[in-house]
Parts: sequence; structure tokens; C-alpha cells
Amino acid sequence: MSAGPATPAVALRGLRKSFGAVEAVADVDLEIADGEFFSMLGPSGSGKTTVLRMIAGFEPPTAGSVLLGGRDVTRLAPFERDVNTVFQDYALFPHMTVRQNVEYGLRVRRVGRAERRDRAAEALRSVRLDGLADRRPAALSGGQRQRVALARALVVRPKVLLLDEPLGALDLKLREQMQVELKALQREVGITFVFVTHDQEEALTMSDRVAVFEHGRIAQVGTPAEVYERPATPFVAGFVGTSNLLGGEAARAVLGREGTFSIRPEKIRLDGSPPTAEETSAGGRVAEVVYAGATTRFVVDLDAGARLVVTQQNLTTTSADVAALRGRPVRLAWRTEHAVAVPVPAVPTPLPKESAHAYR
Amino acid sequence: MATSTLDRPAGGATAARGPVRRLSAWLHRHAGVRLAALLAAPLFWLVVAYLGALAVLFVSALWTVNGFTGEVVRQPTLDNFRTIVTDEVYRTVALRSVGVAAAVTVIDTLIALPMAFYMAKVAKPRHRRWLVVAILTPLWASYLVKAYAWRVLLANGGPVDWLFGGPGSGPGYGLGATVLVLAYLWLPYMILPIYAGLERLPDSLLEASADLGARAGRTFRAVVLPVVVPSVIAGSIFTFSLSLGDYITVQIVGGKTQLIGNLVYVNIGAANNLPFAAALATIPVLIMVGYLVAVRRSGALEEL
Repeated sequence: MSAGPATPAVALRGLRKSFGAVEAVADVDLEIADGEFFSMLGPSGSGKTTVLRMIAGFEPPTAGSVLLGGRDVTRLAPFERDVNTVFQDYALFPHMTVRQNVEYGLRVRRVGRAERRDRAAEALRSVRLDGLADRRPAALSGGQRQRVALARALVVRPKVLLLDEPLGALDLKLREQMQVELKALQREVGITFVFVTHDQEEALTMSDRVAVFEHGRIAQVGTPAEVYERPATPFVAGFVGTSNLLGGEAARAVLGREGTFSIRPEKIRLDGSPPTAEETSAGGRVAEVVYAGATTRFVVDLDAGARLVVTQQNLTTTSADVAALRGRPVRLAWRTEHAVAVPVPAVPTPLPKESAHAYR
Repeated sequence: MATSTLDRPAGGATAARGPVRRLSAWLHRHAGVRLAALLAAPLFWLVVAYLGALAVLFVSALWTVNGFTGEVVRQPTLDNFRTIVTDEVYRTVALRSVGVAAAVTVIDTLIALPMAFYMAKVAKPRHRRWLVVAILTPLWASYLVKAYAWRVLLANGGPVDWLFGGPGSGPGYGLGATVLVLAYLWLPYMILPIYAGLERLPDSLLEASADLGARAGRTFRAVVLPVVVPSVIAGSIFTFSLSLGDYITVQIVGGKTQLIGNLVYVNIGAANNLPFAAALATIPVLIMVGYLVAVRRSGALEEL
């Protein structure tokens, strides 16, 4: 790259987008490194897709700028930008065969017929679709269409690939399989991926870094471990994983400290053995037991007046064993450093009532 | 005990069923009767009123008129068709009619494509409804009034003349005026199907094309046009057949121009030769059948 290795592949500076009175994106600053698998995570309406569309050039920003490889492209049309998009609905051309779809970008760039064929065949092979080149998109399954869309975007060798909830329409098994394939493909081609999703697990498992969006702003940017283990706001704690917060009176009583703290459910044990020197403990009563096959989820009302969720692996227990714990008093214990202080923003934002993907 | 109390009201409801309910239940079990009830009226209309009238037309085209008494001679003969095929005048008029219909269709397509594209893809969604209303409004006005309005517009020294720079500078009445007015009259029939077709075209297809490097022109040719071809054909069937059958507009703004419709009209009225009029009327029918076969052959309808 002429711009040098330190130049970010994508840089957003003070990006804003308003639709009438609604501010969809409010002041986003972001740098995405070359070759990175970067996810933008957030609930619907948090502005993540709008940011993606501004990078692609489909929406002009109200303010701020978009830089690709150091070049300001804010005012350029989509066809002048070296990025390609995989659309949520795949957007395959229905009147063209799979091969014609994949060749489209090359044909537009006036690539010769022979080279076009070769590169399209290679792209289809990379997504394991080589047998289906002559089919129409209507004759393909959802997962196959998804891969055609990928091949069509990758065949023109963009610097950055934008993916707008590409796995959203697939069922769970296929989605998990495609997650693995996408990650492998990204490593293979070495292209920067910018991946939009509302699925926190998807973001955590695939990404090098994650940006969590909330009301058009970035609440936190970091590696999956940082975002999960050290959530920057109560919103991030709730949206990425389960909201398990201790605050106010309960925090003072249990932890002896002021503030709001997040404890991940799997870090808490309720096996009854006495707490060690490194652990904090609290007594409570089991309000609800949810058996989920591999794990069991306990909702525990603390004597100090907060409610915590505890996840335990079902190493030896069965559903009958755990169900018997309902209504029983228990003693919870966790390593003291796992109660992470969560800074509450000056203007408190409402916590999501229920995160759709809190438990997986 | 619990099951028996549940059973009793259900049994009571069966006994209390009225005749309407029983009929519904009976129909539910007899799918064939249901289908017959649904299709009886439309099938009667299609077979008797529609195909029946067409059959009478073909049969009467084989009859002749006694030149002396003016009575219809019900003797099957191909004389009428022989006259149409051999006489130069009818061939010229038929070709002229097809030419007018084709010209009207091409003009309407060229105007309707950008208009429908604007309505379906560029205009704000809340404006779309009003644009559709605006396109439909002329259809509420009488055909005759609109044709006469154009007669005034095209009159010697009228507004169109004035636009072209003085009396006598405009196209005046004639073949050109006929094409112009027919194109005006049938334009909504071309815009609406194309608009409907474009509305079904997802925006993401246009974005994907731009994303892959295509400029607007290329996107229009490679993505929009192939997707709307069936809609254009649907619209062209309207504009083509309506133009082919028209005889009033020609009389109003066509000057001395005659189309097939005029000949049919003259033979029914002045010449009192209904069988020959019927024979002439089969020409547009055959042309439309030929057009539909060609459209089917082209495979354009398979994308529907």
C-alpha cells in the first residue's frame, strides 16, 4: 500500500447522520486497521448499519468524513470506492446466473473474457460453490446465496469488505458453520472485514475487535475479551452477555465499595464450599432454575437485595438435581477481581430490559 | 368428570348449528362443489359473452351482403378475405395501423421508463401515492373530451402552432397528430405496469450494482431494464392493442388519415356491410395473436 502500513484501512472522523429530526449516527470516530476483522455490534436502530452504508457510499454523511486507506472519500460515489458490500438480503441479480452475478464486477471493470471466467471460477471455488455456476439465484438455498454474494464481492479484490448482518437470515446450525467459514476466508484473503451484527456471540467469536453501538454512538471499542470482561458502561455489560450488576446499597453491603459492578454469571459458583481468601461471597435464595442442557442458570435473590444470575456447567448434575435447588438458600462466591467496576455515564441511559441474545 | 363437562357444550353446539353452518361444513367437505360455485359466473361470462361474441365475429366474416337488396347472405365464402388480401387499399391501411400502434408503443415506453423510475425509486415514499393519483387522473376524464382538447391544441393557429413559431408551423392534423394524441391517451397504461415492476425491484440491487463499480447508465442497462422487460411488455400489449383498435382519435385529429378501425366503422354504418366489417376486424385480432406469440417466443414472460 502506498499510504504506508500505519495508515488505517478505514477511518471515520466525527461522522454524523440525521434523518429529519432523528439522529441515526451521532459523532462516530473510529479507526479500523488493515487486515482486521472488525465488528460493529448493537441493537437494531443503534446506527451500525448506517455507519456501514456511509463507508460504502450509499448514504452521504450529514457531517464528518470517511477515509479509506488515508484518502478522503466522503464525497465519492459507491462505484468510485475500493470497498464492496455483502448485503443483508444478498441482492443477487435475479435475471443472471451465479457465474454472471460473480462476473458482474469484473465485466464492469472491462476485465477480459478469459480472465473473467478464471477469476469467477476461483472465487466460486473459494466459497465451495463450483458446481452451481449455471444456476439462477432463485434455485439456491439461503446459505448458497449468501456464498454467491460473498464470491461476487471478493472477486473484485476490494481493500475492505463490508458485511451487513450477512448471517441474519440463516438458521442457527448454518449460521454457526458460516461463522467459521467466514473467519477462515478472511484469514486466507487478508482483506479487512467490517461486519455488522446484532448478535453478541457472533461478534465475540469472529472479531479481532468489536465496537458496541448505542443510540448512534460507540459505547466501547475493544477486543472481544476486553468488551466482555471489562464493559465500559452498564449498557455494554447488558448487551454483551448477561447484565449482572451490583449497585448502590447492594454493592456497599456485598463488596463494601461504592459504584456499580458487573459480575459475569459463569464466574460465580454456588457449590457451597467455603470462600477462599481471594473470593468474595454473598448469601441468597434461589428464585428460579433454568436447565439448558450443557449448563444450568440460577436466578438468585441476594440477602443484600440484588438479583444475580449464576451459570453452572452440568458436570455431574441432572435436571432433577438442579430443580430441587429452587427456593433453597445458597452461598455464592466469586474471585474478588471478577467484580468489575462499570462507570455509569453522567447521563444514565436506560438498560435494555431483556437482551435477546443474553443466553446462548 | 373434567372431560365430560367439556364434551357436553361441544355436543350442544353441534345440535344448535344453523343451516348456514351446515352448508359451510358440507361445502368444506366437497372441494369440487366449492370450485364450481366460485368459477360458474366468470366461466359463463368468458365462454358465452366473450368467446361467443368472438366466434360470431369469425362466422359472420364468412358471410356476404347481397349488393342489390343489402340483405346478409348466410353462405360461407372467403370472398371478404380475398378482397382484403388483394386490394391495395386494405393492405396499406393495415400496415399504417400497425405502424401507428408501434410508434405509440415506442413513444410511451420512452416516456414511461424514466417517469416510472422516478416514481418508484427516486421520489419519497409519501409522494409516490400522489404521483400515482396524478398519473390516473387523466383516465377519469372522458376520452372524447381529451381528444377534442387536442384538436383545439393542434388547430391551425392554436397553442401548438404558436409553440412552433406561428400559424401553420406545427404538425397540424394528420398521421403525426394521431400518433401524438394516442401516445398521450395510453401513456398511463404503460407507466403503471412499469411502476409496479420497478417497485418490486429491491433498492439493494441498484446499490449492489453501484457497489460493484457500475455507473448509473450501466446499472440501468444491466440490472433495471432486464427486470422491467416483462412490465414493458405488459404495458405494450395495452398501448399496442388500444392503438390498433382506435378510430375516434383519427377522426378528430387525423385529417384524412384512415386506420383499420375507420374502415370497420364505415362498413358497419355507411356501407351497411356487416360481414365485411367483421372480416376487417379479424385483422387486428390476428396481429395481436401474432404479437403475443412473438412475445412468448422471446421468453420475456418467463421472468414474470
